[in-house]
Amino acid sequence: MGVENSFLKSIPYFSGLSPEELDSVKKLIFKRKVERGDIIVFEGDPPEALYFVGSGAVKMFRTSAEGKEQVLNIVRPGDSFNDVPAFDGGPNLASAQAMGPVTLYGIPKHELDVFLQDHPQVAVTIANVLAAQVRHLVSLVEDLSFRPVVGRVAKILLEYAGDGTSPGQRLTQQDMAAIVGTAREVVSRSLKALQSNGVIKIDRHRIVVIDKEALRSIAGVST
Amino acid sequence: MVEMPVVDKEKCNGCGLCVSVCHCNALVLVGGVVTVVETEECSWCTECEAVCPTGAIACPFEIVIELS
Repeated sequence: MGVENSFLKSIPYFSGLSPEELDSVKKLIFKRKVERGDIIVFEGDPPEALYFVGSGAVKMFRTSAEGKEQVLNIVRPGDSFNDVPAFDGGPNLASAQAMGPVTLYGIPKHELDVFLQDHPQVAVTIANVLAAQVRHLVSLVEDLSFRPVVGRVAKILLEYAGDGTSPGQRLTQQDMAAIVGTAREVVSRSLKALQSNGVIKIDRHRIVVIDKEALRSIAGVST
Repeated sequence: MVEMPVVDKEKCNGCGLCVSVCHCNALVLVGGVVTVVETEECSWCTECEAVCPTGAIACPFEIVIELS
């Protein structure tokens, strides 16, 4: 069972195509199901296909030489991923991992090349889609000047900690990101760094400050 | 009582993404809206919160100072 025309139409790349053109695109598309944790695309590998998420969620991430993971994006139904490598033939920019059961659709790279030659009008929507991705990544790059952010996160933890007699206000990672002026993924990485340095301990829904003086130092708060 | 993620049912659009990523079956769709099932298996991974497109599910942290 292939992909439905209604789903194809909802994808920006194909939104301007006629029904006949959509039918010709459908013949190029393969369907694949993956399970939680499956790696669909490996960073650095040659591109095999342009992918679209039919159902489920996919996490895009890069891994540093030290093994630290930075989430770049979460891809939801109707969104595409691995666009840039599929278009320019260069190595995959990030790895893609299924966050739960995922249904994928894909166009193999060699089929995509022929499709683009035959349908040059798709170039306009490609430019718009890539422009939106660039905007998101520029914003993330701005947020990823790491040291100032971890200091601001440390300051929030100090400000919002309970005083022992009454609980403090609870914050989600998104709340912290909004207060600090950064992305949720950067807050998540900051908390992990504080934990690995032994300054805090994350015990399920509780962030326990183990070394208050170290946290004050990181926050730049004078004693 | 086990602390669990909180769902804002008015924001929930029933897409079910949170249910698909949940590792511990703590989330179910009931009448097109997500409902939380209390379970000690929930490790507070916060992936449900990360994946939600409408901000309907929240995993708030309590911040405490450990007394030495």
